[in-house]
Amino acid sequence: MSKTLIRGAKVLGGEPQDVLIDGAVVEAVGRNLSAEGAEVVEADGKVLLPGLVDLHTHLREPGREDSETVLTGTRAAASGGYTNVFAMANTFPVADTAGVVEQVWRLGQESGYCDVQPIGAVTVGLEGAKLAELGAMHESAAGVTVFSDDGKCVHDAVIMRRALEYVKAFGGVVAQHAQEPRLTEGAQMNEGVVSAELGLGGWPAVAEESIVARDVLLAEHVGSRVHICHLSTAGSVEIVRWAKSRGIDVTAEVTPHHLLLTDELVRSYDPVFKVNPPLRTERDVMALREALADGTIDIVATDHAPHPHEDKDCEWAAAAMGMVGLETALSVVQATMVDTGLLDWAGVADRMSFKPAQIGQATGHGRPVSAGEPANLTLVDAAYRGQVDPAGFASRSRNTPYEGRELPGRVTHTWLRGKATLVDGKLT
Amino acid sequence: MQRHLISAADLTRDDAVLILDTAEEMARVADRPIKKLPTLRGRTVVNLFFEDSTRTRISFEAAEKRLSADVINFTAKGSSVSKGESLKDTAQTLEAMGVDAVVIRHSASGAPYRLATSGWIDAAVVNAGDGTHQHPTQALLDAFTMRRRLVGRDAGLGKDLDGRRITLVGDILHSRVARSNVDLLHTLGAEVTLVAPPTLLPVGVETWPCEVSYDLDSTLPKSDAVMLLRVQRERMNAAFFPTEREYSRRYGLDGDRMAKMPDHAIVMHPGPMVRGMEITAEVADSDRCTVVEQVTNGVSIRMAVLYLLLGGNEPAVSHARPTEEK
Repeated sequence: MSKTLIRGAKVLGGEPQDVLIDGAVVEAVGRNLSAEGAEVVEADGKVLLPGLVDLHTHLREPGREDSETVLTGTRAAASGGYTNVFAMANTFPVADTAGVVEQVWRLGQESGYCDVQPIGAVTVGLEGAKLAELGAMHESAAGVTVFSDDGKCVHDAVIMRRALEYVKAFGGVVAQHAQEPRLTEGAQMNEGVVSAELGLGGWPAVAEESIVARDVLLAEHVGSRVHICHLSTAGSVEIVRWAKSRGIDVTAEVTPHHLLLTDELVRSYDPVFKVNPPLRTERDVMALREALADGTIDIVATDHAPHPHEDKDCEWAAAAMGMVGLETALSVVQATMVDTGLLDWAGVADRMSFKPAQIGQATGHGRPVSAGEPANLTLVDAAYRGQVDPAGFASRSRNTPYEGRELPGRVTHTWLRGKATLVDGKLT
Repeated sequence: MQRHLISAADLTRDDAVLILDTAEEMARVADRPIKKLPTLRGRTVVNLFFEDSTRTRISFEAAEKRLSADVINFTAKGSSVSKGESLKDTAQTLEAMGVDAVVIRHSASGAPYRLATSGWIDAAVVNAGDGTHQHPTQALLDAFTMRRRLVGRDAGLGKDLDGRRITLVGDILHSRVARSNVDLLHTLGAEVTLVAPPTLLPVGVETWPCEVSYDLDSTLPKSDAVMLLRVQRERMNAAFFPTEREYSRRYGLDGDRMAKMPDHAIVMHPGPMVRGMEITAEVADSDRCTVVEQVTNGVSIRMAVLYLLLGGNEPAVSHARPTEEK
C-alpha cells in the first residue's frame, strides 16, 4: 500500500502536525512522524481539513451535459477540496426513480475524483403533485437518503406533510427549496429598493420565509426532520433560530454567494449575478454570517449551478438562474467567515464537512482527522491571495460571479480515500 | 452628454436642459416648409424593436428622417429573433452592416444597458423603453411639454422645472414612464407626487425622490401638472384592484376632478389612453390635455437626443449650413 506523509500541516487550523496516510486510511497524526517509505507533501503551515462535503450540487448529467457532467463536476469538486457531493435531482430525466439515481451514482463511482451521492426528487417530475418512489430510491444501489425538488418548492402543504412523514420509515430527510410560487411569479431578483429602481420582477423575502415557517411547523407536527436549502434572508434565520429553540428537528444551509454578494450587483444587469434564491441585501448577508457562526445555519452548501455561456451572455430576463461554486466556496467562506473572525478553521470543518455529512448520512465522509479514519482530506493554503480566473476552472461552465475578484485561500491538495485527486492545485 | 441614453437617471440637470433647449431649436424646423436638416446625412440608425410599439417607433423614425439619417427598421416579429437568435447576435449582425446608432425597445428591463455595456457592439444606444425600467425620451418629451406650458416656450430656454408640482397617477409599479419621469423631474427641480393604489406601487418606492399618496382628490389642488398612466385591464385579474369601475372612481380623472386643479394646471398622458378607465373623454378632449402636443414634442426631443449623441460638436439648427457637407 502507498503511503503519504503530510508534514507540518495545521490540522483544523491547530498547531502544525504530521499526518501519515497509509492506503485509504489515516495511519497516524502526530509530531515528527517517520517518512520512511512514504511520499512526502510539505504542508509548510497550510491548513488540513477533512474532505469537504457539499450537500447541494448540480451535476447536470443526465440531460445537460453541455453545462456539466458527473466527471467534470467531480473534477471541479476535487479542485475545490470536496471529496463528496450530493447531486441534485433536477436532471433530464428527473432523478425521481431508482434507475436514474443509480445511473448518477454509478457515473460518480467511475469518475474517481469525488464520491457522488444522488439526491432523489420528492415528487414525480418535480411537479409537486405526486410522491416519487422515495423508498425505491432509498433501497437502490444509490442508497438515497436526501430528497429534494430543488429548483422548485414542494409548495403543496399536504404533499410536503406526507413527504416528511413518509421518509421517517427509512430515516430520510426532505431538503426544501423554500419558494412560495404565487409570490414569486415572474420574479427576477430580490424585491426591494434595487428591484424597484431596475424594474425587475421582485422575489420577496416573505416568499421564502412563509415556506420555512410552514415547514418547520409541519416537521414539528409530524415529528420528522426537515432541511432548508440555500437559506437567504434575515427573516428565515429568525424562524430557524426560533424553531431550533423549540426543539424542532430542522437544519439549514447557506451558499457562499449569499454570504458575500448583495442585490446591489444586479445594477449591472449582468446575469452572472442572477441566481435563485436571489442575492439579498447587506443586512441579510450579515444575518446569514452571524447565523452560520452561531450554528443557527448548520452548513455551507454551494448550490453549484453550471450554465452554458449563451445562457448568461444575454439580457437579464432571458438568462438562466445559478452560479458555479465548487471551486470558489472555500475561498469565499474564508473571506467572509474566517478572515472576519467569525469562525475558526475547526468551525469551517464543521460547517463544510462534519455537519453536511451528518445531515446527508454520508458514510466515510465528514470524519475527524485522526488515526483509523478514512483519508479524505483537503490541504488549504490560507495565506494565498489571488484573483478568480474562470479560465482555470475544471467545471465545464464559467458562470462565476467572482471573476476578477481577489479572494483568499487556495486548495492545493485533495485526497479521496488516500488517493490524491488534486496535487499542488492540479487535478491528477 | 454621454455616448448612450439608457436611463433618465444618467442625465445631469445641465444635460437635460441642453436637450430641452436643443429640442426647441429642432421644433422650429417643424415650422419650416422643408422639415429636414442635413445633420445626420450618411449616418445609419436602426430602430430595433423587440416589443410592439407603433407610436414610439414612428416618432423615432420621423426624428431620424428629419435629421437625414438612413433609417433601418427592425421588428422582432418575422425576424431571426423569432427563430431563437439572441439579442447579442442580432445586434452584432446589424452593426456589421454599419450602424452608427441603435434605438432599442425591449420587453426585458436592462436590455439596452446590456447592449451598451457588454462590449457586444460599438454603436451608440438609445433606450426607447425597456421592460418596466426606463423610457428616457418619454420623460424628456414630458418635461419639454411641461416647461413649454408652465414656464414658457421662450422664457423656458436655459431653465429647469424648479418648484413645479407634478403628480403621476396610475400603475407606477409596471411603468417605465413613471420611473423615468421621477428621475428626470427630480433632476430638473420639480416636486413629484405619485398617486396610486398601494398595490400598484413598488416595494422600495419610499426611497425614490418623490412623495407618495393614495388619495388623488387631496393631491389635485396642489398640482401644476397631472400625468395619468395607462392602467391595463389585465391587472384587474391579478388582483391589483377589484374592478375597472372602482379604479376609475378612485383614481380616474373626470371633469369634476379636473375642476379641482389650479386653472393653469395641465393634464398629460403618455398614451395610449384608455378612455373611461384612467381618463374620461371630457378630460382627454379638453384644452388642458396635452396628449397631442406630447406626440409632436416627442419628435423634437428625439431629434435633439440623436443630434447630441451622434452629431458631435457640429452646430444644430441655429447655425446650420445646409449646403456644406460634414
